[in-house]
Amino acid sequence: MSLLAVTDLHVWFDLPNGRQLHAVRGIDFTVDESERFGLVGESGCGKTTAILALMGLLPPNASVAGEVLLNGENVLSRGEESAAPHRWREIAMVFQGAMNAFNPVRTIGNQIVEPMELHEVAEGKEAMRRARELLEVVGIPGDRVTHYPHEFSGGMRQRAAIAMALACKPDVLLADEPTTALDVMVQAQILELLVSLSNDFGLAVVLVTHDLPVIAQVCERAAVMYAGVVAELGTVDRLFHDPRHPYTRLLFAATPDLYGTDDVASIPGAPPRLDRELTGCPFTPRCDRAFSPCPTITPRLMEVERGHVAACHLNDSAIRKAS
Amino acid sequence: MTTAIEAVEAAESPVDVRPGLLRSKVLRQPQTIVGLSVIGLFVVLALLSPVLAPNPKEQVGPVFDPPSSAHWLGTDGGGADMVKLLIAGARVSLLVGFCAAVVSAFIGGSIGLASGFFGGKTDTVLMRFTDYVIVIPDVPLMIVAAALFGRSLTNIILIIGVIYWTTTARLIRAQVKSVRERVYVKRARALGAGNSRLVGKHILPQVAPLLIANTVLLVAYAIFAETFITFLGLGDPSLISWGRLIENAFIDDALLNDAWWAIVPPGVCVALVVLACTMVGQSMEESLNPRLSVGHLSPRRFRVRPAPPPREP
Amino acid sequence: MIEAARANGSAILEVEDLVVHYPIARGIVGTMQRRPKLRVHAVEGVSFALRRGEMLALVGESGCGKTTTAQTVLRLLEPDAGVIRFDGEDISGLPPRKLRSLRRRMQIIYQDPYESLDPRFRVRATVEEPLVIHRLGTKEEREAEVHRALAQAGLDPPDLFLDRYPHQLSGGQRQRVAIAASLVLNPDILVADEPVSMLDVSVRAGVLAILSELRGKGLGILMITHDLSTAARFADRIAVMYLGRIVEEGSAHDVVNNPQHPYTQALLSVVPKRDPRERTTPQILRGETPNPVHIPQGCRFHPRCPIAIPDCKEIDPELRRPSAATSPAHRAACIRV
Repeated sequence: MSLLAVTDLHVWFDLPNGRQLHAVRGIDFTVDESERFGLVGESGCGKTTAILALMGLLPPNASVAGEVLLNGENVLSRGEESAAPHRWREIAMVFQGAMNAFNPVRTIGNQIVEPMELHEVAEGKEAMRRARELLEVVGIPGDRVTHYPHEFSGGMRQRAAIAMALACKPDVLLADEPTTALDVMVQAQILELLVSLSNDFGLAVVLVTHDLPVIAQVCERAAVMYAGVVAELGTVDRLFHDPRHPYTRLLFAATPDLYGTDDVASIPGAPPRLDRELTGCPFTPRCDRAFSPCPTITPRLMEVERGHVAACHLNDSAIRKAS
Repeated sequence: MTTAIEAVEAAESPVDVRPGLLRSKVLRQPQTIVGLSVIGLFVVLALLSPVLAPNPKEQVGPVFDPPSSAHWLGTDGGGADMVKLLIAGARVSLLVGFCAAVVSAFIGGSIGLASGFFGGKTDTVLMRFTDYVIVIPDVPLMIVAAALFGRSLTNIILIIGVIYWTTTARLIRAQVKSVRERVYVKRARALGAGNSRLVGKHILPQVAPLLIANTVLLVAYAIFAETFITFLGLGDPSLISWGRLIENAFIDDALLNDAWWAIVPPGVCVALVVLACTMVGQSMEESLNPRLSVGHLSPRRFRVRPAPPPREP
Repeated sequence: MIEAARANGSAILEVEDLVVHYPIARGIVGTMQRRPKLRVHAVEGVSFALRRGEMLALVGESGCGKTTTAQTVLRLLEPDAGVIRFDGEDISGLPPRKLRSLRRRMQIIYQDPYESLDPRFRVRATVEEPLVIHRLGTKEEREAEVHRALAQAGLDPPDLFLDRYPHQLSGGQRQRVAIAASLVLNPDILVADEPVSMLDVSVRAGVLAILSELRGKGLGILMITHDLSTAARFADRIAVMYLGRIVEEGSAHDVVNNPQHPYTQALLSVVPKRDPRERTTPQILRGETPNPVHIPQGCRFHPRCPIAIPDCKEIDPELRRPSAATSPAHRAACIRV
């Protein structure tokens, strides 16, 4: 049984003008122990909203549907009530810009201890001892628990943020753009840390980013999201070498590679608005291989080989014959 | 296009003013509508007062006559109709309020602009000066100034205006400093734009809405200040204002005569206008700086819906 | 006017031994305690040339001085030492009045497309503004220039965009408007500070393609970026900076395929590749770039260098051609290559 199983997750936001923004439109994926799973897509695709939903960290104007099974229990069944007990203890998150979210007037140690005490996992001396251990785990000398955030560099603060997320020994770690604002060398250090955490401690990591090469190097499996749906999901190897959704293929083509020789592509147009009903495949206007069924028939996620699914009519021989 | 991120994180950053912002956000809020209506009502009454309330001080009934069908709010210590007096009084009170607020806004806005834009020594000097003015207690200063410089309308306006500009100065300075660092201002400077263009075309338009919001709040202060200056006997004796009405009521021993209708209504009018201005001013400030509102800090109470029907195969 | 004099290949911008320091305020307590006056050594002797029709990428991590260099070259910051020559003329000490007319020929594009346009200005006003500031052309001439610039920036047909406000445009479109606004003055050089780092991946190549095209029109482009892959694929030449110095420079091909300086080699090794099968062992340097307040003695890279020898603590290497370089224009500042 998977550690984390998301089934048909939907998230809507109430907009001030009375409409609703359907930000996440029915996504499914699973993550196992020790696995590093990537959620990749561009801005507005819904990836951040999706992982916020996994922790139940949605604002009052949001509504959800679907199932998020964490260790067999549905985190979303009763809203905040069912989500809260799992937060930080089984599933924790490193937010985007977490390195800048530290309280400047409290020591790092205190801030790592805080979730432990809040979630009743440890307190006092024991908690501080564990905080030291956590700092060591993330590569910071333990006696720096008494230091303040401004005494750490950006990379070290990011590590401290990871330590804070690990305070209550969760099973799943969600990381939202953990290295986006960091230099490439520091990024390499942080990614190396995430890999070792999943290998050494069995931590399941869900890495959310727009940076495809990061996913390619760090994750084993990934889902490519577009306009609130999963366009393609599979091992990173298959996503690159045998993409079955034009968006996946084009996204890789638009990512410059150091030693590549092909032209770097760009995808014309923009993602669709999510505050209205969408018909057909949302990628149609920008797709270079759209054909007759695409504007009207919504493609469903089809298995193209074991462990590899894609939502594109090009994979559906029945539909291709019919058009 | 509104992305999911934008929808969720709209409360995170201060908003750069763009056309249509006021119309879409501020004017929609109920408190703005209520506030503007109240102010509007009093403004109309004030403007029409020569027509609605000619000869307000004329005696039309017995002294301190209680409210009746002839005189809805009774009469004052001179037998004049309270309703007519209130309408007439609205004129002076509102006039002083608006004019003094404009004077304050002008002084405060100019100092804040100069301070924030030029920085350095100019900033230090101006802000030091502002600090000194803040320290002086406003009420005693107003009393002394009013006693010294005479009791004409212009003087009252100037006195109030010269006392209340300090908060505006600080507010505008902070905003100007922040806008000055915006990339589009730096860009314009890099293009070779001169100071007058930078301020006139780029900075002032961003700062103006905040200044207006602040001025509305200043009106509230100014009307209240006029009321108590006049109440203390320092106002122009020939003019009727709400403060004067309260003063007269005390002089004529209204309370001893149980004539609540001579004291309470003017006070209520002042309170209503001050409240209305505060509502409008605050809602404007909140729209311009969403961080002021704390709605996004409420506990997470997202809703759970049943799963939508499966899509067609 | 300038078109006639332009010949692709001649240097339009030359920088020699540029030095820029920022003093750090000590405060009253610091002054009373006689704390030493500390300075941020942002740029410590940078020399390079930018030719017409060429894109030079200044690459490095945060704190390396690339942004400071770019801003100083445009005299948006004042240099402490060094010479800046624009089209042969020394502009390092030029008074502000004379600079103003020169500004027309040097333009800059910023990183944040969401902040670089005044939200109250329509596209037409933003693109027209440079012409208005410098009082160029009649109303009709300006209108024509605005159309031309928008088309050149890829916003076609221009009429569709003229009356829009920034909040009605996407990030990529806004960046193109910024590019158009910098083109109306027909500049000779364009400084692009991280022009695409805040844009979605699918949109980046489009904007970079516009910049690429502009090279063909004789524009010299100085691109600041931390993204080595972008520099590798779009720039003609790359200069790698570390703690205020250029540690390696050469053609993009040479620097990326035959890196000589150990810092460049380490940097290239940690850039993630998009092909999952290309999982090379990254050479992750320990620690982070030191504070530019305290520059290490000798070679500034030696504390983190995997091949440092005792001499590296004494000698501050100069940029010269390494023995393994295949081209005379490829230089690195390391005594071991």
